[in-house]
Amino acid sequence: MKTLIRNLAVLAGALIGAAFLTAAPAAAAPGEAHEPEPHDWSWEGIFGTFDRQELQRGFQVYQEVCAACHALEQMSFRNLGEGDGPFTCFPDPNASHEDDGHHAEPLCYDNPNDNPVVRQIASAYIITDGPDDFGDMFERAGVPADRFPSVYANEQQARAANGGAYPPDLSLIVKARSGGAEYVRSLLLGYHEAPEGVTVRPGLYYNEYFPGGLIAMPPQLSEGMVTYADGTEATPEQMAHDVTAFLAWASDPHRVDRNRMGLMVLIYLFIFAVLLWFAYKQVWSRVEH
Amino acid sequence: MSGPSTYEPQTGVERWLDSRLPIARLMWDSFVDFPTPRNLNYWWTFGGILAIFLVIQIITGVVLAMHYTADVSMAFDSVQRIRRDVPFGWLIQSLHANGASFFFLAVYIHMFRGLYYGSYKAPREVLWILGVVIYLLMMATAFMGYVLPWGQMSYWGAMVITNLFGALPVVGEGIREWLWGGFSVGNATLTRFYALHFLLPFVIAGVVILHIWALHVPGNNNPTGLSVKTKKDTLPFHPYYTVKDGFAIVVFLMLFAAFVFYFPDVLGHADNYIEANPLVTPSHIVPEWYFLPFYAILRAITFDIGPISAQLGGVLAMFGAIAVLFILPWLDTSPVRSMRYRPVARWFFLIFLLVCLALGWCGASNPDDPVLGTPLTFVTFAQILTLYYFAYFLVILPVLGFTERPKERPASIEAAVLGNKPATTQPAE
Repeated sequence: MKTLIRNLAVLAGALIGAAFLTAAPAAAAPGEAHEPEPHDWSWEGIFGTFDRQELQRGFQVYQEVCAACHALEQMSFRNLGEGDGPFTCFPDPNASHEDDGHHAEPLCYDNPNDNPVVRQIASAYIITDGPDDFGDMFERAGVPADRFPSVYANEQQARAANGGAYPPDLSLIVKARSGGAEYVRSLLLGYHEAPEGVTVRPGLYYNEYFPGGLIAMPPQLSEGMVTYADGTEATPEQMAHDVTAFLAWASDPHRVDRNRMGLMVLIYLFIFAVLLWFAYKQVWSRVEH
Repeated sequence: MSGPSTYEPQTGVERWLDSRLPIARLMWDSFVDFPTPRNLNYWWTFGGILAIFLVIQIITGVVLAMHYTADVSMAFDSVQRIRRDVPFGWLIQSLHANGASFFFLAVYIHMFRGLYYGSYKAPREVLWILGVVIYLLMMATAFMGYVLPWGQMSYWGAMVITNLFGALPVVGEGIREWLWGGFSVGNATLTRFYALHFLLPFVIAGVVILHIWALHVPGNNNPTGLSVKTKKDTLPFHPYYTVKDGFAIVVFLMLFAAFVFYFPDVLGHADNYIEANPLVTPSHIVPEWYFLPFYAILRAITFDIGPISAQLGGVLAMFGAIAVLFILPWLDTSPVRSMRYRPVARWFFLIFLLVCLALGWCGASNPDDPVLGTPLTFVTFAQILTLYYFAYFLVILPVLGFTERPKERPASIEAAVLGNKPATTQPAE
């Protein structure tokens, strides 16, 4: 048993070492960017879950603010109503007439194609489809199966419209930045007067969390910029938190499923390991070793 | 196999098959009755763990291949589709990507075990060399697999590694274009890497069979390094080592599962979630963690050596770091296998282990940064470590065989296990 514990300790040490080695380049990011501000998220930890209210508010911020420049290429409208998505369940709009809406059961839809909220969101977008029988492209209202349409026709157009900068796609942004959700939230709130000695060219803004400090995206979140459907006060902190939560879900929509299955797998393997341990002891009790 | 076969066909069908294709006899003699030293510790369970991981990688890999598209315009999106839309695709993809890391973790433990207990020495030289061949094939497979998701690190990692071949004199340029299938990393590179990434694991499986064959002729080494002398030194593989390996495999799988389900991206790099862009170089190109020590050796050669440019020198040093393993059985001159009985060598081994870990740290760091605030930069640190890496094989092990006075060794494995106690129980057979 002693050797086992020792060996496990060595293994754990090797893994922590490996994790440390891969994490090291993140700390040595170029420019003198600040470390992202620590923040608590509902999905962290073994039993974490996405907060649907948060995701709904976050989607509203994305749609009303970010979507002007940033695409969500990997996402379809249907994703909004799948699994842990923001609109799989929503408050019953008719319930408030009957019992003040306080204890109303939310409406849930297994199939996003039937989900009225998802259908409504999709139908607000104009999708170019075709060619039709005459070889012409045509426009129609979106359906849940459609992808979120790109904001710009191509990268060149995006750059021309944004002073040379290319607004990145947001569907993986939380995974594609080494600071993750903390980084995205910090960046949205990180606009300040440039410190002395830093020249900020026109079209750029000083952001202490951005590598190099100068970012082409203007500050976005100002007090009361959106009016939340659920009445939550739209402070910049609240909006940054909500939209980051939405983007974290968009980057990793199966996260909660994965954690839930992980717990089952670990419990199963643990019981299996205990049984094998006793089998091992039993078999080896017959011989000196 | 060592010793005469003890297989006895029990049924008519078995007898019929045994006289035509004695495959049941082969399995019985190899994995049931195979005489195994009775003193193997947990470091010996990694062979079984590696076999399991090869199987995991091949099964998950074949499923991924059904959904993956090897085309520069679609590869990145097809991996995202696997993670988002394919049923349990997120699980299969995470198992495969993290499986590679754990495969390497296990193979490194397996190799350091061999280094410490002298498992490369006669009569196991061929066994060791086949192991190094498997390791080389694993490196090639893992490198090409990392290119397939076509993220920024995939693309730029492929660029850095293929450019290494361009540093070779005369033939370099030609080899590089041949690898690329063009004049840069592009679609032709991706499709050929995909084909080879699918092929090589089956080559590995073939060499693994040779590796096990070469193991079963001389039999296992053991922590004492002593050769098996009598039947009392050994136990049948089953049930003694099937149950012990089984326990170790499940414990290792728990560690694996913790990463697969809770930290699926910790061992990767955030930049690989950005689609490959030939026009934007990442600020800091780093390979996967399991290549970092070799990456550090590559970057440590910053000076020309005679006609050899610094770049070529780095490439030669990096390949030399693996090539030296092939001749290790003849570099170590000590007749004593296990470092348990080599009081001096074991300290040099411990330093060697730390040097390899420190090289990994150097590989992950910016070469010009200071090491923990000291005046030493990472590139200088890596140079010192590289010197020790080669000195360990080319100077320390050859010389120690002559100068070191080994400790007294027990008379036999049985004596080592029992000490001075008389044997009270016999193995039930």
